Amino acid sequence: MISVDQLVYERFFAPVFQPVSFRLGAGELLRITGANGSGKTTLIRVLAGLLEPTAGRVGITADRIAYVGHQLALKDDLSVEENLKFFSNFMGTGTTSAATAIDALGLRRVAGQLARTLSAGQRKRCALARLLLSPARLWLLDEPYSNLDTEGCSRVDELLASHLARGGACVMATHGNHRPQVPVEDELALKAGTGS
Amino acid sequence: MTRAFLALLRRDLLLAIRRRGELLFPVIFLLVVVSLFPLGIGPGPALLARIAPGVIWIAALLATVISLDSLFRTDFEDGSIEQFVLSGHPVSLLVMAKVLAHWLLAGLPIVALSPLLAIWLNLPASSVSVLVASLALGTPILSLLGAIGVGLTVSLRRGGQLLSLLVFPLYVPVLIIATGGIMAAADGLPYGPFLGLLLAGLITSVTLAPFAAAAALKISLS
Repeated sequence: MISVDQLVYERFFAPVFQPVSFRLGAGELLRITGANGSGKTTLIRVLAGLLEPTAGRVGITADRIAYVGHQLALKDDLSVEENLKFFSNFMGTGTTSAATAIDALGLRRVAGQLARTLSAGQRKRCALARLLLSPARLWLLDEPYSNLDTEGCSRVDELLASHLARGGACVMATHGNHRPQVPVEDELALKAGTGS
Repeated sequence: MTRAFLALLRRDLLLAIRRRGELLFPVIFLLVVVSLFPLGIGPGPALLARIAPGVIWIAALLATVISLDSLFRTDFEDGSIEQFVLSGHPVSLLVMAKVLAHWLLAGLPIVALSPLLAIWLNLPASSVSVLVASLALGTPILSLLGAIGVGLTVSLRRGGQLLSLLVFPLYVPVLIIATGGIMAAADGLPYGPFLGLLLAGLITSVTLAPFAAAAALKISLS
């Protein structure tokens, strides 16, 4: 579903991470690890196509990508339900309703609350709930477990397991203590380039 | 695709209603600027009538510029633009939805208030309809051209200041043509060609500006 060959990204003429190569097929999960500043977020953004690689090649066969990064794309003046309903209408092709996504991430109690009133963990859950409303088969997740409690982490694991079982694939960057409770196809320990 | 366009338009209008202060700011600004002129240069009806087209149009232009910075900024800062780019929908179409929402919230109230402003500044009755028509055709051009500038400056910390420097030169032809048409109508001269030029400018802007703004946004993301 995604193949990466000798990928390099330079910022101010210095590589952010050392060249990266991997392949990932349907039903597989790649976990990217590395210290702070090793370029995990940059790599995920390059894979998403938000940044142009300096060298190397990214080949993606999935027609769409779902991405959850550090910026959660939530509107503070909309409720959790309104945020998710907007995304569902916006994508137009999701098979799961906003109500199902709310239940899947344990957000029923705060569904009517404005996003500005949510805790960091609840905001993260709301952003992750969008994954269920997207038809994308390839998920790119940047620190999906950050700010989540144990129960939240378990819900993300359930989401991942279900996505992989349906033939989806996921690339996840993480440096936290929580390890995904789903079979990890591969782990990539990212090393900072000379520019980091 | 139409569904995404409508969803984004509806969301932006709902957000604007929830932030009423921001919604009213351009209109209040317009009223304050226009009301300052009679205080500053005196209430002579003939002089006010002569400068009215320029005053109203410059006030409309400034009111548009101060509201432009918010066109993409919150979406850029909270990561929504990234989601738009990755959604698979044409970014230019999404830009169009946001520009339409901006015009409905900032441009349309200016058009609606313009007859009142015309009376305030003693503009001849014969040119009031031309003023309204010029604003109806011209303010969408301001929003569309402004979207390109906002797309280029949205990632900069003090982008708002640079934005005005970028877009004011682009607004000059619109200002000259619009005020020229209103003054022609006041003098009993044909004003049709002026409105025709504004219409041509609007068609050109609708056709090209969303693509330019989408490209600018993608540059800002990287």
